[in-house]
Parts: sequence; structure tokens; C-alpha cells
Amino acid sequence: MAVLTAAEVRESRTARLRRKIQDNLLAYAFMAAGLLCFAFFSWYPLVRGVILSFQQNNFVVPPYWVGLENYRALFDDPLFYTAWKNTLLFTGLALVFGFVLPFFIAVLLNEFRHFSGFFRILVYLPVMLPPIVAVLLWRYFYDPGNGLFNSLLRSVGLPESQWTQSSSTAMISLVLVSTWANLGGATLMYLAALQGIQGELYEAAELDGASVWQRLRHVTLPQMRFIMLVLLLLQIIATMQVFIEPFALTGTSNPDTITVLVLVYRYAFTVNQDFGLAAAMSMLLFVVLGAFSALYLRLTRTAD
Amino acid sequence: MTLTAPPQTPIGGVTPAPAPPRRKRRLAGTNPATRTLISSVDLQRHRGLYFTVLGLTITVFVLVFLVPLYWMFASAVKSPAEYALSTPTFIPNSWHPENYATAWDNMRIAKYFTNTVLYAAGGWLIALIFDVGVAYALSKLKPIFGKILLGAVLASLMLPASALLVPAYLTVVDVPLVHVNLLNTPWALWLPAAANAFNVYVLKRFFDQIPDDLLDAASIDGAGKLRQLWSIMLPLSRPVLGVVSIFIIIALWKDFLWPLLVLPEPDAQTLSVALSRLANTSQVPPTEFMAGLAIASVPMIVVFLIFQRSIIGGLSAGSMKG
Repeated sequence: MAVLTAAEVRESRTARLRRKIQDNLLAYAFMAAGLLCFAFFSWYPLVRGVILSFQQNNFVVPPYWVGLENYRALFDDPLFYTAWKNTLLFTGLALVFGFVLPFFIAVLLNEFRHFSGFFRILVYLPVMLPPIVAVLLWRYFYDPGNGLFNSLLRSVGLPESQWTQSSSTAMISLVLVSTWANLGGATLMYLAALQGIQGELYEAAELDGASVWQRLRHVTLPQMRFIMLVLLLLQIIATMQVFIEPFALTGTSNPDTITVLVLVYRYAFTVNQDFGLAAAMSMLLFVVLGAFSALYLRLTRTAD
Repeated sequence: MTLTAPPQTPIGGVTPAPAPPRRKRRLAGTNPATRTLISSVDLQRHRGLYFTVLGLTITVFVLVFLVPLYWMFASAVKSPAEYALSTPTFIPNSWHPENYATAWDNMRIAKYFTNTVLYAAGGWLIALIFDVGVAYALSKLKPIFGKILLGAVLASLMLPASALLVPAYLTVVDVPLVHVNLLNTPWALWLPAAANAFNVYVLKRFFDQIPDDLLDAASIDGAGKLRQLWSIMLPLSRPVLGVVSIFIIIALWKDFLWPLLVLPEPDAQTLSVALSRLANTSQVPPTEFMAGLAIASVPMIVVFLIFQRSIIGGLSAGSMKG
């Protein structure tokens, strides 16, 4: 083996170093544009959001620090409590419909030996509509005068409803349109999971004399537990950020349906132009949702 | 990922009966691979019940998922008088397809439609190029701090869009360092679209599976890194690029809240934002507005019918792997 002189070693080391720097520069050149987007629209806004929530900022006067004043103002606003209560109510109702219903639809569809493609397309069709289209379409259906729903109720002799315009039915109306527009996604995910269940498990259970109900309870459910948990978290995260339904159906100031995100919008972009207050509200929502997101990521990434 | 329609097993079923009468159709799928909650034998035995439930389900599905859409398209061709009837007509008596043309002109849908196409196409191109760059570098070039950057990118998966709404808006109004105002410009939609951790994650996972040997071989032949990306990685990644593209375009077309904030100028608005504004402010008759809604939905319905396999497959895969 040739013995290298000290100078040669040094030179090869600098050459290697130079190559390494060059490779790294190249790699960062590939990433630069994308990382800048993340920096400007993801990482920096997070920091800025925290700062903003401790500042008075309304475009009129230069921003200044106010400590916890924004949070105190939030807790003094009666709408704050209304918004959280409504959001939780919406999430709860949306889960009853949007989490349980797709499961049973998927179990049913999975038994059919015909038209399976047809069912899948149909159930997912509303998901493809731009959400505002679905909501505005339902706004016509909900019309208390000659809307489709009241016409139908009238034609079968049932009492009509005020739908979105009465405080007792407004929230459920929002949940109905939201469920219609979103249920397809969960249904298809359940279906995919159902198809992953080994047929032998059902065979074995049947040989042991398990009835259909028992097979559903003791074979299907345990096999679906993971995907159900994942979907539960995803749906909580999505429904707690509900915006379009109340925004387009009942407006941004209706106390029956105002939600957390609508209130954020209201603080920042309609009446108050108070970005500090809106940021404080977002931060609270972020803390709640962040807990669910972290749990979700933990679940899905460890499962890999 | 064969999640769409499982292969139709030839009709023949349990006992090969020659030319069964039309009413008593045989049930397909008896191999154990398609075994579900109820065995095909049982389904076969209770054929009457099976077809009753099937028929009922089809009816309910058509009523719930198809009729509202039909209603949108059909109402749009009615005359305003017919639309206002207290007992609505299921099949339009009057036939005014020109409502679509009127809506296109009166509501200036042409303008908003072009805007939306421009935003979706540009956002797709930018997000794809930027995210492929990040994923390729993180996967194959392995720069220093790569792991940390990947972590930071993935961490943004945890950030709900709503939490960043206000600060991201302020960023768009006055971009730090460069101090430009992106409000009402396409960039306000394009650049945030590229900051999509899910895309980066999916692309990187796919790139990770492409063997380094292929790239090394190309490198020995004198191909630079860009050439390796272009001539080896991308052709091999066609399926994942397709899925990611579809999802970027759908997300841009469906997005509402962000465009609502950053495109206050009517002339710059997307179809969704404009429709929401017109619903509250304009004197458009409901039939024309229905035509507007229908026009906004058609591109997505077409995309879905063409790419339903990838969309449904990607959806199911995405949910499991996060």
C-alpha cells in the first residue's frame, strides 16, 4: 500500500470537503424554493401567530405589546363561549352522523356482489363538489318557502320546518349538509379497510357457530379498530374547523351557529379588524387541535 | 391498491346451472378471497332478500346522492316561474338551456372560471416542482440537516390551517424580507399550495423505494443530479406524480376560506368565492344561480369520473399511511 505524504492527505481531505460542500449546495438548491414556501407560509406564521396573540394589531396603529390582554378580552366576550359551545355541538352531531353512518354504509356495501363501482362513485360524488357549491345548493333546498325539503314535507303531509332560519333547527341543518358533503370519504376508507380483513377469519367464526351479528361484533369491529380511531381523530380535527356551512348558511353573526373559526374570521376580517384578538382565538383552537393532530400522527407513523 | 370495483368474477356461482332464468340471477364471487361478513353461499340462499336490500340501497343512494345534483342541473333549465311553483316539477316543463349561457355572461362566470383554472394550473405546476425538489433532495442527496428539515416539514402536518389563517394572511399582505403585497395576485394561492407537507411526504416515500444503484449507474455515465432526477426518478415515479397532481388540483379547486381572504378584489376571485359573494349580494334569479353552481361543479365531476381509480385508491392509501 502506498504511503501518503502529509500534504497528499491534506489535499484529498480538502478535496473531499469541497465535494461535500458542493453536494450540499446542490441539494439545498433543489430544496430552496419549496423550503422558502414552508418558511413563509407554515413556520413563520406559526411564530408570528404566537407573537400576534400578545399584541394589539389592527393596521391602524403600529402593533404594540399588550400581554394577555387579548386573551382576557376573549374570555370577556360572551360570543367566545357561544362559539365553543356551538363548535362542540357541531362536532358531536357531525360525529354521530359522519362517523357512525359511514361505517354501517361501508359494511353494507361490502356485502354487495353487484354495482360496487356504482356505489362508490355515488357516495363520493358530493365530496368532489366544491364545498361552497354543496352548501349553496342546500341553501335553496332549505328555503322555508318553496325549497325542495319543505315542498317534499308538504307533499307527504308532514309539518314544514324553518331549517336554517330557526334557532332550534339551524345547527342540525348545518350538520346535515356537512354530512352529505363529506360522508363519502370516510365510507371509502372504511371500505378499503374492510377489504383488508382476511376472509378466513369469517370462515372460522362461522364454523364456530357465530351469527352474522356476532361476526360483525367480534371479527369486523376488532379488525377495524385502528382505522376507526384514525378516522375519529381526522374527523374531530376537520369538524372543529367548520367554517363554510355557518358562513354561507347562517352568516357570521348568528349566535345559534357561530363557530370558533367563524369567530376568528369575524374578529379579523369583518367588524373588529382586530388581528391580535383573532390570533389569540386561533391559538386556543390550535392547542386543542394540536393535541388531536399529535395523537393522529403518532398513531399513523408508528403503525408504518 | 385495487380498491375500486373488485374484479368481476365470472357469473357462474356455486352450482353451474345452464342458462339460468333471467330473474334468478346468480351471485358472483365465491372464492375465499372475496369472503366477507356473510358468505356467498348464504347470500345465494337468501337471494330474494339480497336483491331486495340491494334494490333498496340503490334507490336510497340515487335519492340521496344523485337527485340533489340532478336537481341542480334541472332547476337551471327551468323558467323562473316554474322554479317558483309550490309543488316543484321533477322533470322541467319549460326548457331553457340558455340559462347556462346567461349565467355565464351575467354573473361573469367566464372570468371567475378562467381565474380558477389559472390558479389551479399554476398552483399545480409550482407545488409539484417545488415539492419534488424537496422530496428528491431529502431522499437521494441527503444533505446535512436533512433529517431536521424533514421533521420540520412533517411537523407542519400538525398545524391546522385555521391556526395559521391570520398570520399567513398578514404574511401575504406584506411578505417578510421582500415586502411585497400578494393580495389579489395568483401567488397568494400558488406559494402556500407548495407548502404542502403531505405531498412532500408521499413523494419522498416513493423516491426512497427507487434503488440508489440506478442513480449511481447514471452518475458513472456522467449524468448530473438534475439529469438523474429528470431521466430516472421522474419516469419511474409517474404513478405517484399522477396521484399527487390530482390531489393538488382538487384541493385548489375546492378551497374556499383562503381564497376568500386573499382575493378580496372581485376581478381576482375564484368561482367558489365569487358564487358565495353573488349569493348574498346579487339579484340573479335562482335558476341562473343554479346554472352557476352547476358550471362550478362540472370540472370536478369530470375529473372524478376520469380519475376515480386513482382518487379512490389514493384516498384509501393516504388514510392508512398518514
